[in-house]
Amino acid sequence: MSIKINRYKCGYCGACVGVCPKGAIELVETWVEVDESTCVACGICDRICPVGAIEVMK
Amino acid sequence: MKDRYDVLVIGAGPAGSIAAKTAAEKGLDVLLIEKRQEIGDPVRCAEGVSKEYLKKHVEIDKRWICADLNASYIYAPDGTKIEMAEEISGGEVGYVLERKVFDRALAEQAANAGAEVRVKTRATGLIIEDGSVKGARLMHLGKTYDVRAGIVIGADGVESKVGRWAGIDTSLKPIDMETCAQYLIAGENIDQHHCEFYIGNEIAPGGYIWIFPKGEGKANVGIGVLGSKTGKFKPRPVDYLNKFMEKKFPDARIVEMVFGGVPVSGSIEKTSTNGLMLIGDAARQSDPITGGGILNAMDAGKLAGEAAYEAISAGDVSLQKLEEVYEKPWRTTLGHDIDMSLIVKNCFINLSDEDLNSLAYSLKDVKFERMSLLDLLQALFKANKKLLWDLRVLFKDAAKEVVKNKM
Repeated sequence: MSIKINRYKCGYCGACVGVCPKGAIELVETWVEVDESTCVACGICDRICPVGAIEVMK
Repeated sequence: MKDRYDVLVIGAGPAGSIAAKTAAEKGLDVLLIEKRQEIGDPVRCAEGVSKEYLKKHVEIDKRWICADLNASYIYAPDGTKIEMAEEISGGEVGYVLERKVFDRALAEQAANAGAEVRVKTRATGLIIEDGSVKGARLMHLGKTYDVRAGIVIGADGVESKVGRWAGIDTSLKPIDMETCAQYLIAGENIDQHHCEFYIGNEIAPGGYIWIFPKGEGKANVGIGVLGSKTGKFKPRPVDYLNKFMEKKFPDARIVEMVFGGVPVSGSIEKTSTNGLMLIGDAARQSDPITGGGILNAMDAGKLAGEAAYEAISAGDVSLQKLEEVYEKPWRTTLGHDIDMSLIVKNCFINLSDEDLNSLAYSLKDVKFERMSLLDLLQALFKANKKLLWDLRVLFKDAAKEVVKNKM
């Protein structure tokens, strides 16, 4: 379980980081990293993304 | 970079730079770090600020002012226009900033006050000993450094990690965040003296579209949509924005794209712990109605800089001390304001387009002499009694304002 971020679509704004209930996402400079061991694939990040760059992998 | 400072500020946006500057001016040894290689870039902001409040913090410098506004127009879903002209707020509406220049200027001011500034330097974790934050682990060009500090100030924005690392849950629910997209457009010769806002559930559910002039005929055209009203099977902010652009500016050239998440949660429960304070978007201090965060961030930065000095001078950086010197001062000032805004936000996000139209219709001929809460309430009272009931809490506040003005 984790999420996949389309980095060609991502605007590296950090909205997904702010809503992640597990703190599994980090905005490092101009890319987003996901800690797959913490991510529970809840999909809140997908919901908030202004461009739809996140795909939840169940 | 040394291995010990009085104050370590993480994040060089307006909050962090003002905090670093304030603490350095008090004579503290300050390190201000920014994870990006360029301060102020990429921008995640509509860049509008109130003139009067900005002047409290900095001397206005033409290098970072793009437009000087003397009016704002609000459009209801049916096109009814509410015009708020210059005289409303004492001749001063707002400026549109160039954040890339503005943020750098603030960081330079912090540097001039004596703070050390390091870019492309990211915090990867906190040093926590005996239940107190004692510094942070930093990474710069692939190398890690342990930097100890009397106090750590987390100013790391909407994507803040610092609070979470210290055990403060700063995560926001979708209903507590506006998700935003913005284009800087050219080729439309936009009027440079007023800004526009468009509201309505069709065009921007739970948020609004803005047009802020950006100098030389250009403008920031952007949208915020409430997180709870968008998502996987619904249009995203960028979709709403494209739709608006097609209708309003079909021939515009998009010369910059901006995305962002804006906290609209109102004040969160906790913004400090032993040895640590959070400020700005990291502390979710942006305004729930407007989404404006710059001025609140600067206010909080100043308070935190002063608080750091008081706490370090007293040799006490415990949560208890920080509650006294930081939490309480910010909650009774800007915290109070954002909580009032939250009440209005919670009421507004439930209004239908019909409600908004009728409200705008009754407000359109109101001559706002000043944009005070009381004037607005009077107008609202005439417009919509149900709304008034929902906003009754604000009355106490307005009454206090009246008493204060009389005294």
